[in-house]
Amino acid sequence: MPAVVELDRVFGALADPTRRAILTRLTQGEATVTQLAAPFTVSQPAISRHLKVLEGAGLISRHRRATARLSRLEPEPLRQAAAWLIDYREYWEESFERLDELLARLQDEGPAGSGHEGGSTS
Amino acid sequence: MSELKVEKDGTHAIRTERELNAPRDLVFRAYTEPDLLTRWLGPRRYTMEIDRYEVGDGGRYRYVHRDEQGNEHAFRGVFHGDPTPDAMVQTFEWEGLPGHVSLDRAVLEEIGGGRTVVRTTSVFQSEADRDGMWDSGMADGMGEAYDRLEELLPALREG
Repeated sequence: MPAVVELDRVFGALADPTRRAILTRLTQGEATVTQLAAPFTVSQPAISRHLKVLEGAGLISRHRRATARLSRLEPEPLRQAAAWLIDYREYWEESFERLDELLARLQDEGPAGSGHEGGSTS
Repeated sequence: MSELKVEKDGTHAIRTERELNAPRDLVFRAYTEPDLLTRWLGPRRYTMEIDRYEVGDGGRYRYVHRDEQGNEHAFRGVFHGDPTPDAMVQTFEWEGLPGHVSLDRAVLEEIGGGRTVVRTTSVFQSEADRDGMWDSGMADGMGEAYDRLEELLPALREG
């Protein structure tokens, strides 16, 4: 597994509808360029270029079996990209709601407000 | 309950404003004491672990949010100047996207009645970085790509 997934590349690769369709197809299993090109009106060389972009982003790997060149989905960069789905507003809205609760609890504990209660997270 | 105000500012910044029902000193403690910070920062679905949190000029911090699946998201940065309720200034970087560093400033203002307003400004290195943070959708119609990504994920988990 690469130490750091280059998310710029992952997001760039995902920006294209054909490449997303290819990834969706590959969730069902490995496929050849011919199989991947079948649903599209674009040429096989065009599909090959898309595969190169996906490979560059680490989203697929390619290997040979007998005479066939197969593409395989590599899920790890997608998982990491999905982690980036934390929305800024959502992150801070929920954080501040939790801060409201914490501040209320600290004030209930009295003016001393030691704040140390054994790391309860309920 | 107070409402969070979030707005883009110019091309490179995001500002937020939020009222809290507590005096300023207590809010400051919640920001600067690690064992209080872990009790509120981040969505509930994440646990938070602090590796280091050296509150002071030049001090470094690093913390990790961990979700139920065990995915880890680490964040780090450096404090600039000794943090005070008037100004907490620090750099912020998600280790998943190294080199995309923002400069964050939080100011606490007591507004009477034992209430405090938190105002934050985050300045990013590019408009794309700012918009990526804003809607997790790196501009140029990335919102749709994210929708598709979400559709893909169940299939990936089964696989």
